[in-house]
Amino acid sequence: MNVTRRQFLKVTAAGLGSSSLAMLGFSPQPALAEIRNFKLARTTETRNTCPYCSVSCGVLIYSLGDKSKNARAEIIHIEGDPDNPVNRGTLCPKGAGLLDMIHSASRLKHPEVREAGSSEWKRITWDDAFIRIAKHLKADRDAHFIKTNADGATVNRWNTTGFLASSAASNEAGYLTHKVLRGLGVVTLDTQARI
Amino acid sequence: MTNHWVDIKNADLILVMGGNAAEAHPCGFKWVVEAKASRKAKLVVVDPRFTRSAAVSDFYAPIRAGSDIAFLGGVIRYLLANDKIHHEYVKAFTNAAFLINEGFQFEDGLFSGYDAAKRKYDTATWQYQLDGQGFVKIDETLQSPNCVFQIMKRHYARYTPEVVSRVAGTPRADFLKICEMIAETAAPNRTMTICYALGWTQHTVGSQNIRTMAMIQLLLGNMGMAGGGVNALRGHANVQGITDQCLYSEVLPGYLSAPADADKTRAEYLAKRTPKPLRPNQMNFPQNFPKWHTSLMKAWYGNAATAENGFCYDWLPKKDAAYDVLALFERMHQGKMNGFVCQGFNPLASVSHKAKVTAGLAKLKYLVVIDPLATETAEFWKDYGEFNPADPAAIQTEVFRLPSTCFAEQDGSFTNSGRVIQWHWKAADGPGEAMSDVDIVAGLFARLRALYAKDGGAFPDPVLGLAWPYRIPQRPHPEEIAMEINGKALADVTDPKDPTKVLAKAGEQLAGFAQLRDDGSTASGNWIYCGMWSQAGNLTARRDPADLTGLGQTLNWGFAWPANRRILYNRASCDLAGKPWDPSRTVIKWDGAKWGGNDIPDMRPDAKPEEGVMPFIMNPEGVARLFAPERMVDGPLPEHYEPFETPLDGNPMHPNNPKAVSNPAARVYPGDLESFAKAKDFPYVATTYRLVEHFHFWTKHSLLNAITQPQQFVEIGEELAREKGIANGDRVRVRSTRGQLTAVAVVTKRLRALEVDGRKIHTVGMPIHWGFRGATHPGYITNTLTPFVGDANSQTPEFKAFLVNIEKA
Repeated sequence: MNVTRRQFLKVTAAGLGSSSLAMLGFSPQPALAEIRNFKLARTTETRNTCPYCSVSCGVLIYSLGDKSKNARAEIIHIEGDPDNPVNRGTLCPKGAGLLDMIHSASRLKHPEVREAGSSEWKRITWDDAFIRIAKHLKADRDAHFIKTNADGATVNRWNTTGFLASSAASNEAGYLTHKVLRGLGVVTLDTQARI
Repeated sequence: MTNHWVDIKNADLILVMGGNAAEAHPCGFKWVVEAKASRKAKLVVVDPRFTRSAAVSDFYAPIRAGSDIAFLGGVIRYLLANDKIHHEYVKAFTNAAFLINEGFQFEDGLFSGYDAAKRKYDTATWQYQLDGQGFVKIDETLQSPNCVFQIMKRHYARYTPEVVSRVAGTPRADFLKICEMIAETAAPNRTMTICYALGWTQHTVGSQNIRTMAMIQLLLGNMGMAGGGVNALRGHANVQGITDQCLYSEVLPGYLSAPADADKTRAEYLAKRTPKPLRPNQMNFPQNFPKWHTSLMKAWYGNAATAENGFCYDWLPKKDAAYDVLALFERMHQGKMNGFVCQGFNPLASVSHKAKVTAGLAKLKYLVVIDPLATETAEFWKDYGEFNPADPAAIQTEVFRLPSTCFAEQDGSFTNSGRVIQWHWKAADGPGEAMSDVDIVAGLFARLRALYAKDGGAFPDPVLGLAWPYRIPQRPHPEEIAMEINGKALADVTDPKDPTKVLAKAGEQLAGFAQLRDDGSTASGNWIYCGMWSQAGNLTARRDPADLTGLGQTLNWGFAWPANRRILYNRASCDLAGKPWDPSRTVIKWDGAKWGGNDIPDMRPDAKPEEGVMPFIMNPEGVARLFAPERMVDGPLPEHYEPFETPLDGNPMHPNNPKAVSNPAARVYPGDLESFAKAKDFPYVATTYRLVEHFHFWTKHSLLNAITQPQQFVEIGEELAREKGIANGDRVRVRSTRGQLTAVAVVTKRLRALEVDGRKIHTVGMPIHWGFRGATHPGYITNTLTPFVGDANSQTPEFKAFLVNIEKA
């Protein structure tokens, strides 16, 4: 019989017949009397990748909730993915703290602005943030876009707003960012990968 | 990595130099341990510090930070002088026999063609001699004074063990012991792997550090072999992928050289980047450049890109100058930038010379920081006392801080250091209103595009014309984007050998880059990723860990670029007849009709060995370059130059030439040159590094990591501590010409004084992980101290070797 780790936990926690518990060395009566659900048995397992170093270890993320549209999942446990051929279930001291990074007190929750000369952050909506930033981008691009160079050659570049890209973003986020930036004519573009 | 993580287990000798995998890549280092346990492999570590990698090594030798080329150049001399090279491999698979222009010279530390005023080389004299057909002339005997082999031999003859020891500080006997161990892998059936990281890249000679090692691996015949290769252990979990998507100004996705002002038309642009073969019968794979580029234009500009308009070539911005991160902050510092967006990047902590970065940010009109965490960069304007003194009222930059989700909260693919692309799945939503990077970019672009549609503006065509085929325009799904990166057929793609045979029907996902065309009938956002999402579905999500090869290739786990190939240049694992150099570690072989075996062959499958198609298919000459006629701006052969802040009076290799002290072709900005320290004022070599408990400036926000390593410290050796009256646990002040910090001193045996050029050199070790935000004790940003100068080729900043002074605080 093929049982996943999660099914196994469910099965043993919920009380498979007394015979198998006896085989595990428990006396059925007290064992059944003590039974409680393991938290992990009620979790959803998701396969992911540790974001720190480039070993890119496979991780299993356990969250409460079943990912229904009307449920909000909460991540409660992370461990190494034993199937991953590189890390084979191990995690290092960096990766062992992943849960605390996800739940870090430093996580940002809302768009904010610090106005010129101000000494504090002010919460704004996404719509406000997008519109204000888009207006900045457009004003700078319209004012400083270079269509042709001194020799009259078409160059179509914009080099007064710069962009630094993350090495922790996915390939898909990176690709889309690149596509948009070149589409706007940005040449002032670099990534953490250089450093 | 030319090879991959698990392949390290196939090595006979592992050299860890310019890195510290045991602490920076612990779960990958496991394969070093495996090689030691299962193959009785030996581990050699060369590092300024006795690291934890060194602690489990079979042999450790110290080296002065910034002298790796002296050491490795000495290894090359040893191999040549003692005839410890893999002759058949070197002769057939490298350019050892190729003739170089008779005008080539190396004199007093400078290669021919140097222009001191521009700090640039004219590379005309570095070129191959060509015959009437445009092929390189060769001398099979390797005896011509103008052949690469003889030039290389002359060049490195100066790197004797005595010179190595005098420049690098490595004891002579230690150096020779390591040479002997390395030389053993010249045997066809022995391999060495090299695991390096930022300890080689973060120098003004960074690219040449790595080239020197590549030359050694070629001389030993270790490229293309299982357990061999040149293996960069890279930074973040997707730093390889972001490099491949090429989010930097010089290149377009898939390392396609970006157009510059000189490339006025598409035809000129393509012609310059589509080389002719330099030897008969070679694959010259870059001849396909027009197919890759045209397919990219179709992915970006869709129906707007037509043959008539040069596939929108004019829409692509043309580059006129360097725009790497140091250049960007230099421009910002000069007041030439108005806006800046940082996506998951914390430059105030990560870039050199914090004071200069801060001054630059304060000159911006607007700064946008997209990050899951509260970074230092987003609060450069805020007063954090000694750690970040600032006067917000005086700083007029408008700063936006946008919350993004992290890895656990999004679908997508990451590419590991071994080029294996692996899909990951979302486990939960982000906190509060956090949005994914994809949605933030799409959301911003949607607003911007709407403004251009409504009001017009500067050259709106590419803004309005950018292909945006996503079902929900403001929220493209990562799967849609991954399919676009792979690419699809826009019309039926037929077999060039048999036009009646359809390889991909219009609308189908492409199976690989061999199906790309230059007539607009295919679209692919990144040719090297073509194959990751074929008609068979998302191959990066494959999860079959079966290793039928015994080599750890796991060809059905994820998808490795290019073409799911796990070991690059694997044709070089066989002799000229196609027989593996080491049958016990067969990667591929010629079976009489085709290439095949335990990997995707890095060779035309039907190329008979007698056709002489050589393994380094990305070079138009088909062989690897011991001597590099192009692509390296600072010399065709690596040469030792001192760090820009050297603890010596000059370059001991060229004591009489002030132009050859530090890399003559490295870019230095006015103002920065003057700020470089002299050893009489700042006598100690500082080097920055990472700790096993932390990752960059990120894990300080994670409570568990903060608890395990809470407080900033610096490491010094016992002898320096005695000289300066510093005891273990004292607070010390470390100063460079750019700033200072205070931290706890850890006095250790791990760092020792070295004898260099007749003087004693001490090293101050500086872990980097602190800042003024996070769950750790607040600390100083280490890059307050580091110099604003980068590698001549890559512009990676010189964080690994600079000068400081230290005293009890």
